[in-house]
Amino acid sequence: MTAAVFFGCAFIAFGPALALYIFTIATEPLRVIFLIIGAFFWLVSLLFSSLFWFMARTITDNKDGPIQKYLLILGALVSVLIQEMFRFVYYKLLKKASEGLKSINPDETAPSMRLLAYVSGLGFGIMSGVFAFVNTLSDSLGPGTVGIHGDSPQFFLNSAFMTLVIILLHVFWGIIFFDGCEKKKWSALLVVLLSHLLVSALTFISPHYGINLVSTYIIMVLMGIWAFFVAGGSCRSLKLCLLCQDKDFLLFNQRSR
Amino acid sequence: MLTFMASDSEEEVCDERTSLMSAESPPPRCCQEARQGLEDGDNAAQWRSQDSEDDLDEDADRYMCSGVPGQPSGLEEELTLKYGAKHVIMLFVPVTLCMIVVVATIKSVRFYTEKNGQLIYTPFTEDTPSVGQRLLNSVLNTLIMISVIVAMTIFLVVLYKHRCYKFIHGWLIMSSLMLLFLFTYIYLGEVLKTYNVAMDYPTLFLTVWNFGAVGMVCIHWKGPLVLQQAYLIMISALMALVFIKYLPEWSAWVILGAISVYDLVAVLCPKGPLRMLVETAQERNEPIFPALIYSSAMVWTVGMAKLDPSSQGALQLPYDPEMEDSYDSFGEPSYPEVFEPPLPGYPGEELEEEEERGVKLGLGDFIFYSVLVGKAAATGSGDWNTTLACFVAILIGLCLTLLLLAVFRKALPALPISITFGLIFYFSTDNLVRPFMDTLASHQLYI
Repeated sequence: MTAAVFFGCAFIAFGPALALYIFTIATEPLRVIFLIIGAFFWLVSLLFSSLFWFMARTITDNKDGPIQKYLLILGALVSVLIQEMFRFVYYKLLKKASEGLKSINPDETAPSMRLLAYVSGLGFGIMSGVFAFVNTLSDSLGPGTVGIHGDSPQFFLNSAFMTLVIILLHVFWGIIFFDGCEKKKWSALLVVLLSHLLVSALTFISPHYGINLVSTYIIMVLMGIWAFFVAGGSCRSLKLCLLCQDKDFLLFNQRSR
Repeated sequence: MLTFMASDSEEEVCDERTSLMSAESPPPRCCQEARQGLEDGDNAAQWRSQDSEDDLDEDADRYMCSGVPGQPSGLEEELTLKYGAKHVIMLFVPVTLCMIVVVATIKSVRFYTEKNGQLIYTPFTEDTPSVGQRLLNSVLNTLIMISVIVAMTIFLVVLYKHRCYKFIHGWLIMSSLMLLFLFTYIYLGEVLKTYNVAMDYPTLFLTVWNFGAVGMVCIHWKGPLVLQQAYLIMISALMALVFIKYLPEWSAWVILGAISVYDLVAVLCPKGPLRMLVETAQERNEPIFPALIYSSAMVWTVGMAKLDPSSQGALQLPYDPEMEDSYDSFGEPSYPEVFEPPLPGYPGEELEEEEERGVKLGLGDFIFYSVLVGKAAATGSGDWNTTLACFVAILIGLCLTLLLLAVFRKALPALPISITFGLIFYFSTDNLVRPFMDTLASHQLYI
């Protein structure tokens, strides 16, 4: 495996996230902090999931065989549940923090909940993607032949695309989740949880990359459209934006003269 | 040590052609400066007592000091929050850079992960077959190391109390000389060896000489702020690499834990050496040795406008807060409440000083953060997850510490929270998360 594979897969997996970070988050210190706190919450949720899996394994005395595979699947699903739980906990924390900020300096505009939803989703996504993919990436720099035992030779590409879709999905899930919490629409939370479980479950049929990757991308597109409308977009605003006739673009042009 | 500083640099004349900022801190009006000076002296003391590797200012530089006491509290909180986030980022960036340098070196240059002996401060070996013996040895090593540090700190307090400034300065200069020349030479040698690049001695000496000489000038005298910060980051990274190489495995972890506890005790207890140092410096209103403190201040010292004569004696100028970001702009908004009241006597002359609305962090903090992350990178079985988890944990700890600083507005140690989080996450990620993620990855499951 070569440097080309390394850089290619790295940019496939993390390129969009990096672009999102550079253009929307890096300029504002408060957003960076909320991003890192989001990443930390994901990390803590992973810690609890690993603890659960570890305890389940020690209870069944580490016997090899199909029970390990079932335990792993159970561990993965419980992990999804714990991640969404921590997303809710982070929502509560952000709510308290923005109330605190507002009470302390009422003139200053604290970041809106929608923005925090996006930032937290990105934090979760980046951490999730990095933890899933970084070890694989570093292995791709070393010597080896992919698929020599009959596995798919597209292992790295598949993992990179999967990581990308997980990162984007976390962003969309974050937006939808927080909006559901704000408007007390618990059905939105349920849908986020179920779609996360579905995406994770789809990876259980792992050798069949085509199916699981394509369906995950379809889910991502659907979630993306939903998140767009939830965040306040509309067909009209999209059209104006694409035709460069939206308010921000026009104002920006005015200002630069 | 994390500090907010208001400084004035009235002793230097800055004109439009100089954009240099003195490395000397201006006359302190707050505790942290004294502490810093003491740490520097502390470090210097420690440097001198070691022939080769040194155990740096672990105790001294881990303090945080807030700004002025006795400010209107509501306004204070508002102001703190107003620049709280910016200061956190101003510290995230150098800490991250230092860690990146250390981790990159550990992962690529094999020299720093090879066992080649131990420091004289950790005489007990860890090569014993029994676990109990190994644990005992590492605890003994830690005790020796910590007692050396305590002795150094007390020696430093004594020196400072007796005003032996030349001594302390000499120490500081000697220690930075060693870091900037000897350790850089070794580091460069190992990097060249790793990448199999040939370099002739004249080029090598020219490079090291220039690097070291500019570093000495920047750190001990005047230099552009960015260059000074870069040098401080580099010497912290070099020091951390030395620790990672020469501290045995278990001793390193126990030492990290013990240092945080000592830090907490030394800063917060009324009879703690560092607290005493701070108070002494505060009483004397003296400048602190800047050589071992990282300053993230956004100070502008070029071409300041004339003061409005009507606002003499008050630094209540309406600066534009938006201009804080660029290096050559008025740094600070008109929030003088958070900082020490300006010295009287600026009657309409050109304002040379600029209030630093920056944060200072001791180099010992940088070093121990990097040691933790570097050890995680070195000892994990090629596992990046552990390193990243420790990195995030340390950043979160730093964030929390800054938040506490904003809330309590008094001297706080910067090590305990970050190191505690770092240690918890290191051990839990290495033992719990790593097998889970590895098993998931081998079955290509995604959560």
